[in-house]
Amino acid sequence: MTPKAPRFNNCLVLNPQQLDQLLQVLIKRDYEVLGPTVREGAVVYDHVGSTKDLPAGWTDEQAGGKYRLKRREDDALFGFVVGPHSWKKFVFPPAMRLWQAHRSEGLFQIVPETRKATKFAFIGVRACELHALSIQDKVFLKGPYVDTVYKLHRENIFIVAVDCVQAGGTCFCASMSTGPKAAAGFDLALTEVLHEGRHHFIVRIGTKAGADLMSQVPHEEAAAADVEFAENLVAEAAKHMGRTLDVNGIKEILYRNIEHVRWDQVADRCLSCSNCTMVCPTCFCSTVEDLTDLAGQQAERWRKWDSCFTTDFSYIHGSSVRSTPRSKYRQWMMHKLAYWIDQFGTSGCVGCGRCITWCPVGIDITEEARVIRDGETLASAAG
Amino acid sequence: MATITEQDVPQGLNTDPMIPQLYRIDRVRDETDDTFTLSLVPENGEAKISFLPGQFNMLYVFGTGEVPISISGNPAVTSVLEHTTRSVGIVTKAMGLLKPGDQIGVRGPYGSHWPLNEENGRDLVIISGGIGLAPLRPVLYFLMAQREKYRKIVLLYGARAPEDILFKKELERWRGKFDLEVQVTVDRAASGWRGNVGVVTPLVARAPFDPSNTVALLCGPEVMMRFAVMELQKRGVPHDRIYLSMERNMRCALGYCGHCQYGPGFVCKDGPVYRFDQIVSVFGKSEV
Amino acid sequence: MIHTLESVIKEHPFFQDFPEEHLSFITGCAKNVQFPEKHFIFLEGDPADEFYFIRGGMVSIELVIPQLGPTTVQTLGEGEILGWSWVSPPYRWHFNAKTLKRTRALVFDAKCLRAKCEEDHDLGYEMLKRFASIITARLDATRLQLLDIYGHDH
Repeated sequence: MTPKAPRFNNCLVLNPQQLDQLLQVLIKRDYEVLGPTVREGAVVYDHVGSTKDLPAGWTDEQAGGKYRLKRREDDALFGFVVGPHSWKKFVFPPAMRLWQAHRSEGLFQIVPETRKATKFAFIGVRACELHALSIQDKVFLKGPYVDTVYKLHRENIFIVAVDCVQAGGTCFCASMSTGPKAAAGFDLALTEVLHEGRHHFIVRIGTKAGADLMSQVPHEEAAAADVEFAENLVAEAAKHMGRTLDVNGIKEILYRNIEHVRWDQVADRCLSCSNCTMVCPTCFCSTVEDLTDLAGQQAERWRKWDSCFTTDFSYIHGSSVRSTPRSKYRQWMMHKLAYWIDQFGTSGCVGCGRCITWCPVGIDITEEARVIRDGETLASAAG
Repeated sequence: MATITEQDVPQGLNTDPMIPQLYRIDRVRDETDDTFTLSLVPENGEAKISFLPGQFNMLYVFGTGEVPISISGNPAVTSVLEHTTRSVGIVTKAMGLLKPGDQIGVRGPYGSHWPLNEENGRDLVIISGGIGLAPLRPVLYFLMAQREKYRKIVLLYGARAPEDILFKKELERWRGKFDLEVQVTVDRAASGWRGNVGVVTPLVARAPFDPSNTVALLCGPEVMMRFAVMELQKRGVPHDRIYLSMERNMRCALGYCGHCQYGPGFVCKDGPVYRFDQIVSVFGKSEV
Repeated sequence: MIHTLESVIKEHPFFQDFPEEHLSFITGCAKNVQFPEKHFIFLEGDPADEFYFIRGGMVSIELVIPQLGPTTVQTLGEGEILGWSWVSPPYRWHFNAKTLKRTRALVFDAKCLRAKCEEDHDLGYEMLKRFASIITARLDATRLQLLDIYGHDH
């Protein structure tokens, strides 16, 4: 049972105790270990000290505007999908000071921040979330300017991904080709199996760092039958998605329908509450605030999350360009499914379903896309 | 959407692009009752100013805020940076109170620029309105240094009233010295005004340029540009020879914050200068 | 090349595609005219029995407003057409027209043209069609001026 140096091709297997040991190795190596945990009736991402902190035996029931945790009949550690948090809050903090400035005798000086690179370990990253991270990488690292804070944190993250063996009520990663199997961008990927009294994790190695970590943890080589069983669970999950979205030509369809009546109809329901932008793992809009103390001697510049649904998000000549819920919802959805492709080469949507679940009125991006697409088909059929 | 192809980055830019460089106010000139020009020099005396016509900087007033302002000066001058702005909001009003010697933060230059490498021998028509003449002034300086590159150059300029006309002296000088046809019109005239009264659109309809061999540069209120584009289309100027400078509020000017999104692009990096065929699918669409 | 009255009229964009059979009548209604600077071509309230093609110079359309005095609302230059009040009753000018420079124009006898249009509706339609475009263009322009797009507060 002595661990051999793991090779990339072979799958390995861990039992729950060994998984806990893996977490302990990470903690000993000074990683800030973050993972799913239950708090206030939801699964959120927070510090994890051991497998005891994971949501053992919990699952989530999701629908439009609905999220509930329910007890499972087994003790699965990852038996749910995604909650209101996404991993972006660690690499793209909701509020961050950019610099300070001091004024004395009429002259001011800017003091940059000194930042420490935190080593994060993300445990339980879903396939859709791996895609979301690579989408945000394109925004913050691959443009004409690099976001220095994002870069600082992003380079050191150790990622333990988890395949989804059950699809969530609002999931549609299969439509977006982003899951449910974790394909790339991880150091280790786990598939959790509970079957006939056994409970184990099939492990796929993604990088040398992943292989190195596994060599520090007792493990076995996975039996071929067990690997196949795990793969079938994931394949089945792909067939039971809660939603579907036809991405064929969706960009052109939306461009052609900028004035579609459907935008007015969804506007009647949308509260412009901006929940969708906050829970979405790819939304990246922010605002910059310049603050000063009462004496006018100290100034700070902060960056904070923002949402295209806020009132004066976009304005010229002092008045708002998008003042109606219609134009705001249209901007959000067209950005996500159409403009993003022109800006960054991929869709902005990973099919995680959060926007559907966390919308107070259950607006469903897949339904909106379907109605507009069908509207075109009907119109052309009518001749 | 193409990102910026040419961009000169000022020397001495620190690694964090959200930190402004410090400049000092050298001169403040009132252009009209609500518009002024700031002349800035870098605190670091050796820094050379470098920008392309059409680009803008983010200007920071200590403790108040930061806004995008078009660069309005001569691109051949490397020691002084000029910006012309209207005093319309909290930050620009605070900017209007700055005096020579005061410090100001500068980030940039950002954005796309007016086309400078057109084929020789074309006509050029410049259509501007209000403060829109400011981002076009650098291109006029550039053209005056290369006058022979173009056949006819026509500048059409609309302002609210005679007292709101910008850069009057320069317009006269260029008209006289550089064979530049300048037609100015105002929306409303005071008594004694003996120039055109009316909007810019009929001037576009009658301007002496050859539509099959012309480049058009437009900058002004969006509604003015919409009507001007219609006139250009009526005269047969193709979409890939019409350039517009678009405007949106900005926070980062780096393509992250998302505030300046305009359809499939960001005004801070895909604009502000757009070739018309790049935005024809969203231009004029309400609330895009 | 001598620019006959007929050739000047024919080449003007306003008369593009104008039916040949009406052109000689139209030409018969026209004559050349010149005005010095600061000359009132017509005054508000005068009978509107002419319209003008401006061939050179500049004309100001103005209204006298109490406290503001004479105020120009529009200027017209070479190639533009002055005057449409001849088209509808009571056939009176609503504004003053004053030259800002020495101005050359073609003046058309609108009273005679009106009578002929009543007789010959084809001619009437051709004329009205063209004047309708001029009026809509002026309306667009006036609306833009009203919007005060360069104004102080938006």
